[in-house]
Amino acid sequence: MAFPDRIERTVEIAHPPTTVWAALTTAEGLGAWFGDEATIDLRPGGAARMSWTDGFTAEMRVERVEEPTVFGFTWHIYGLPEDDPRRTYVEFTLEPAGAGTRLKVVESGFAQLPDDVYRKAYDGNTEGWAKELGELVAYLDAA
Amino acid sequence: MPRDVEAIAEQVFVALADPTRRAILAALAAAGPATATDLSGRLPITRQAIAKHLALLAEVGLVTAEPGERRRVRYRLRSAPMQVAQQFLAALARDWDGPLGALKDHLDRGAREPTAASIQETRGNHD
Repeated sequence: MAFPDRIERTVEIAHPPTTVWAALTTAEGLGAWFGDEATIDLRPGGAARMSWTDGFTAEMRVERVEEPTVFGFTWHIYGLPEDDPRRTYVEFTLEPAGAGTRLKVVESGFAQLPDDVYRKAYDGNTEGWAKELGELVAYLDAA
Repeated sequence: MPRDVEAIAEQVFVALADPTRRAILAALAAAGPATATDLSGRLPITRQAIAKHLALLAEVGLVTAEPGERRRVRYRLRSAPMQVAQQFLAALARDWDGPLGALKDHLDRGAREPTAASIQETRGNHD
């Protein structure tokens, strides 16, 4: 596989899960280490938003809230058009490790392709050049 | 991952690896549908070379052919495969190491107000 569908990182943090949980799931926490400002409605389906002073913003939808072990949200795939429905899913998993926390983040869905996009992306390949030329000839003959 | 997704992305990257095809795609993106003759007037490439590259791009679905004026075939950029390729770029561009490092620093600093320096550092770490 040449490209990742899924990105995974694990870090050891010298603070207990409750402290890490607050940094991940509160506006104050997210606005301090991730964005420059943040808002969050911490419940499945709730909206969260981070903004940066350079004008960049990220809109998130909270998906999983299992304090203080699992926090999941989806967000827009960076670089795709604003109206593209595809989103990646980000899940933080917190596990006690001694006096600290083992924090895992998994972001998945980079290689997803919904049916309509699949069709749009592929019809040119399967139907091909011959069909296009055929349509051209038919058009010219009718004119 | 479905193989086809990767096949679509690969065709985009292969097309973009060639400077002539890159120039053709860029011209279609910038100024809209054009015939091989239109493009040869705008690019420092022969009409024959452009026609050959356009045929290749049409075969892999990166441009579509449509009837143009005076019985000439006009080519239009297809954005759908580009959007598939963009997903792969998004995965490569996603930086979790920066934000996770910022999280550690934030927690190590305790509950203190973030300093101007730390805001600068966090900003530099998003996409």
